[in-house]
Amino acid sequence: MKSLALAFAAGVVFALGLGLSGMTNPDKVLAFLDVAGRWDPSLAFVMVGAIAVHAPAALWARRAERPLWAGAFLRSRRTAIDGALVAGAALFGLGWGAAGYCPGPAIVDLAAPSPSRVGFVLAMVAGILIHRLGSRFVGRPGTVATESSTSGARPV
Amino acid sequence: MSFTPVAALAGGALIGLSASALLVLNGRVAGISSIVGGLVLPRPRELAWKVAFIAGLLAGGLVLAWRWPAVIAPQPAAIPGVLVAVAGLLVGFGTQLGGGCTSGHGVCGLAQGSRRSLLAVVTFMATGGLAAFFVRHVLPRLA
Repeated sequence: MKSLALAFAAGVVFALGLGLSGMTNPDKVLAFLDVAGRWDPSLAFVMVGAIAVHAPAALWARRAERPLWAGAFLRSRRTAIDGALVAGAALFGLGWGAAGYCPGPAIVDLAAPSPSRVGFVLAMVAGILIHRLGSRFVGRPGTVATESSTSGARPV
Repeated sequence: MSFTPVAALAGGALIGLSASALLVLNGRVAGISSIVGGLVLPRPRELAWKVAFIAGLLAGGLVLAWRWPAVIAPQPAAIPGVLVAVAGLLVGFGTQLGGGCTSGHGVCGLAQGSRRSLLAVVTFMATGGLAAFFVRHVLPRLA
């Protein structure tokens, strides 16, 4: 069906964008994060390019009733600015700055695997599992990224 | 690494295009950490498109490896395996706890003006900088 084909095509284009911008190379990412080294601002330009192109669609979606090919938007139920948001972002950043990988490039780079790349992805999946199982044990629904299909919901 | 503003903007534009198509047509957010997270202990209803997207990422990677291998070729391991594993754990756990990563918060969240995402981005950029500095400038001197 066309939605699945679109999802696949979007993944391909996303990967090509990461490759073209150099974000598939962790050294180029680290050259941005390591401000004390020979600083390369390219990553900021990647973000600017992506946000500039995506903004019209994102702003349209904030008020639209529904997407064009599906019944409703899928939005996260998490709207609070809370400790989990900050702690999670902080921890993610530490991992990102240590290895130069975030989830997207880590997956794409599996197409040219190395022990280090495979190891990172396996560890990432383990980290996801730990959070999933930990959330169920603690039983705090607010900290689980539950999904709901409420169209037109305004993001925070 | 050399500054490559044009390639960076163009690559970013492709990322933005991908996210826009996914949002406008399918009503889904191109937040990679949530897409990958959704494959671990999945909800069946959202599984198919997430698998398709991840397959697309890998297919795109194969295209890169085939046509532009220099951008995706593995470099000799710069950091020890234990640190790679710890980094992966932090990225996996942290993205789920924080509800997003550079694509979900950084691109999609900021593009719609989300204050949550702005806070997340500022936070992970800051700790990212700290970790990069530590690994590149402090760790080599401790070894």
